[in-house]
Amino acid sequence: MTSLPGPTPKKLGLVIDLDICVGCHACVVSCKEWNTGGYGAALSDQDPYGAAPSGSWNNRVHSFEIEPDPAASRRQGGAYGDARIVHFPKSCLHCEDAPCVPVCPTGASYKRAEDGIVLVNEDICIGCGLCAWACPYGAREMDAAEGVMKKCTLCVDRIYNENIPEVDRVPACVRSCPTNARHFGDLADPDSEVSRMVAERGGIDLMPEQETKPVNKYLPPRPRRDRDDTSMLNLAALADPVPTGFLGWLDNALERLG
Amino acid sequence: MHPAGSIIIFTTLSGMGLGLMALMGLGAIPAGGGAALAGAALVFLLTGAGLVSSLFHLGHPERAWRALSQWRSSWLSREGVLSVLALAVFGLHAGAMVFLDLNLWPLGFLAALLATATVYATAMIYGSLRSVPTWNDPLTPVVYLAFAAAGGTLAAALIARLFALPGAVLELLAVVLLVAAWTAKALWWKQAPARGFGGSTPESATGLGGIGRVRLFEAPHTSPNYLLKEMVFVVGRRHVRKLRTIAVILGAAVPLALVLLSLAFGGVWPLLVVAVASHVAGVLAERWLFFAEAKHTVALYYGHGEAHGRRVAG
Repeated sequence: MTSLPGPTPKKLGLVIDLDICVGCHACVVSCKEWNTGGYGAALSDQDPYGAAPSGSWNNRVHSFEIEPDPAASRRQGGAYGDARIVHFPKSCLHCEDAPCVPVCPTGASYKRAEDGIVLVNEDICIGCGLCAWACPYGAREMDAAEGVMKKCTLCVDRIYNENIPEVDRVPACVRSCPTNARHFGDLADPDSEVSRMVAERGGIDLMPEQETKPVNKYLPPRPRRDRDDTSMLNLAALADPVPTGFLGWLDNALERLG
Repeated sequence: MHPAGSIIIFTTLSGMGLGLMALMGLGAIPAGGGAALAGAALVFLLTGAGLVSSLFHLGHPERAWRALSQWRSSWLSREGVLSVLALAVFGLHAGAMVFLDLNLWPLGFLAALLATATVYATAMIYGSLRSVPTWNDPLTPVVYLAFAAAGGTLAAALIARLFALPGAVLELLAVVLLVAAWTAKALWWKQAPARGFGGSTPESATGLGGIGRVRLFEAPHTSPNYLLKEMVFVVGRRHVRKLRTIAVILGAAVPLALVLLSLAFGGVWPLLVVAVASHVAGVLAERWLFFAEAKHTVALYYGHGEAHGRRVAG
């Protein structure tokens, strides 16, 4: 049961665009909201209004500052320029070689053979925490109230749910993202929209040296535009009205008067 | 990694209990008489107390039996299955020793083999985790096995001397194994913590190394969560040197001196009682450090392992 299923025909997962994520945490909140009332036990909070609130969340957003490496910058034609902030949402990557699955002593942690989603059967989870130790990414959190392991389900109760409108049959984080930085699809299908994005933008695996083969991919920030090229920056000019007809004649006449 | 008391007590006590089980299986204590009874009782007491203690860190201890099912893939499950088998086989062996004055050698050897395999499985729960490079070291199981053997031999020597049986060979063996175990630990201390994050960096963790150096700007939450409490434990690292010294004094120096004294005076069991107690205390300190010193790669997402900036340490 906790042995990995081998290559799955579908590899459902997320593609996260680090170029356009604005770090608003809407995905974090909508994930918590959906998953606290959906699959499995609620995502509990401890001391939520006190001095040191904590709780279980399946999705979190870190923000990093990146100081360009001069050598790397040169390789990019100096395109990266100044230091920049990158907002970095992180949830379960539904790895092909998920290290959290084989370590589970009870068979509660498993990877679905049909679509590759990694799930926890909370009815037989003993809450030993070994799967959370085995995950190099910190994608699993023990629920302090329920004593079972919680993790991203890829909103398995939305994506196949025929009781909700078709447009909503994507993970809550994808549906709620105001900038469209999160995309959901089948990464085993080379023609899917997500696979094409990954191919075009050079999608990244997190910690490839851990050899977990993550399904989720991250699209790197695009190089900064050249600051000296102001042609794209003069957007205000577009808003200037160009009067025509009588007003145009008047405008020109007054212009000529100096 | 957070040093959970229940797991530290479990690995220390069950390590010594399983070591003693292996030695009794190999015939260190003769069949019949009080020594066999006392030895068997100590095995069940130490191993049993350890196993019960391990249940306390579970979110659902009442479901613990389910952990016996996934022995094909999980070292934790293997440990559970092997410990139950070892206790069952040793129970038969000990029964024959105590009540029938019989030493059933094949049963004893099997118990010794199972006890060794159980300790190996315990070590591999930690040793197989690539996410914790400190533990992912070939010496991790060597250290666990060596400590179980040294502790078990120390306990066997105590029982032999307590019942006025010949104990010089066991005392000599305890000296050799204590030196071997702490030598292995010294090597582990030299190489395992130096593994750091095993080549992973904030740059590889975020995939942003192509742009430049990555530094945490803002954490996703303001107060510690499960990930930080469980896997980014840093409290003990400031005292590592002091704790290592304490562990070596209590776990190696004191027991070695006392065993040699006992040997010189032809077997003085009160000295061996103190030696065993001191050894247990030393191994508890060693196990505490085993967790406290271990680094998990999730820390890379929280400002640890950065090449520049204030949070370099960690």
